[in-house]
Amino acid sequence: MPNLRDIKNRIQAVKNTGKITKAMKMVAAAKLRKAQDAMMRVRPYSNKMRSILTGLSSGVERELHPLLAVRPRRTVEVIVMTGDKGLCGAFNANIIKEASKFVNGLTSEGFTVSLTTIGRKASDYFRRRHIKTRKSWTGLSGKIVYTNAQKVAREVIDAYAAEDIDEVFLVYNEFKSVMMQNVTKVKLLPIEPFEEDGENRAMVTGDFIFEPSEKEILNRLLPKNIEIQIYRALLESQAAEEAARMTAMENATKNTNELVEKLTLQYNKARQAAITTELMDIVGGAEAIKQ
Amino acid sequence: MILEIVTPYGSILSEDVDEVVASGTEGEFGVLPGHVSFVTTLNIGMLIYKKGGRNYYVFINSGYAEVISDNMMVLADSAERSEDIDIERAREAMKRAEERFKKEEDLDFTRSQTALQRAIMRIQVAEKASSR
Repeated sequence: MPNLRDIKNRIQAVKNTGKITKAMKMVAAAKLRKAQDAMMRVRPYSNKMRSILTGLSSGVERELHPLLAVRPRRTVEVIVMTGDKGLCGAFNANIIKEASKFVNGLTSEGFTVSLTTIGRKASDYFRRRHIKTRKSWTGLSGKIVYTNAQKVAREVIDAYAAEDIDEVFLVYNEFKSVMMQNVTKVKLLPIEPFEEDGENRAMVTGDFIFEPSEKEILNRLLPKNIEIQIYRALLESQAAEEAARMTAMENATKNTNELVEKLTLQYNKARQAAITTELMDIVGGAEAIKQ
Repeated sequence: MILEIVTPYGSILSEDVDEVVASGTEGEFGVLPGHVSFVTTLNIGMLIYKKGGRNYYVFINSGYAEVISDNMMVLADSAERSEDIDIERAREAMKRAEERFKKEEDLDFTRSQTALQRAIMRIQVAEKASSR
């Protein structure tokens, strides 16, 4: 039977851990709210951008635009987006698992795969396995700024324009709800044709003044569309990460509480046993004196 | 005429205005109610809108603008109303950009140039509004 002080120390240690996990849960909840807020704010912009591009690109020939042109697939770029920190359940592991599966699939089909990682967890994973990455971005999480998304987008677009890569996929965690994160894979380049989304635009019918030309405008907006997709993914991933962390920390807190209960029971049992033996000693001693 | 300015950080402005002047890539242009449908891209620059005889100034960090049936929509990388501009920060950014030009060792010219442009334009917008 472990002695009393050991159990007491153990209880205190577990309680302290519980306090930390509880605090982390609350921090994650606050961050989640912020991330969700940012997600809501980007929505009007990205919706508008999409509907503009739908209108603009419907009239032009795909071959004329480097970002729209479809090339034979040789080198496929996979962008893996994880968080910079752990302690968020299976959040990072899920992404990496899915990405590895995807990469292996592509390799076995005979394509060359080049990797870009976003977030420390992904870059650590591939570095440990000596898998070369083309580019690693870390430290983008925390306060997510649009200029960072722009940097990532520009780098990818440059590589694409230089024909180093022929297709670009982004693997990230989509924020479904607090309890649900979905590993999602989207194709960034070449840009898929935009589908009409109900909102009827007059642009197709002509009667518009374009300044500069329609093509010029499209050339300027297409990279922006990539930027905004990456920015959105960063925000989604951030929200999903905080949600995952919240759930993980809640479970951890629950576990510490259970453990404390178990240990307290053990402690009480040990205490009682000690008292009983002491009593027996005293009684035994008293009897001895009497005789 | 409704003027709307939207950025990735949210909507900056949505107001009923009398007139708008903005700097497109092909030069400055003005929009009055009843303007023909029009699409253009925007440079780093100043957007001025008039409302009830007063001028308001907005800093625009390159983007896109369209005018459709008395609605003007601006999509910008970022935008700030004159009163929201942190002029001290802009001045510092200007100084930093200028210093980068002086040092000249492996200078990313276009990047430094746009940074400088942004800083100068921010200061201009803020000063224009305060000198009113």
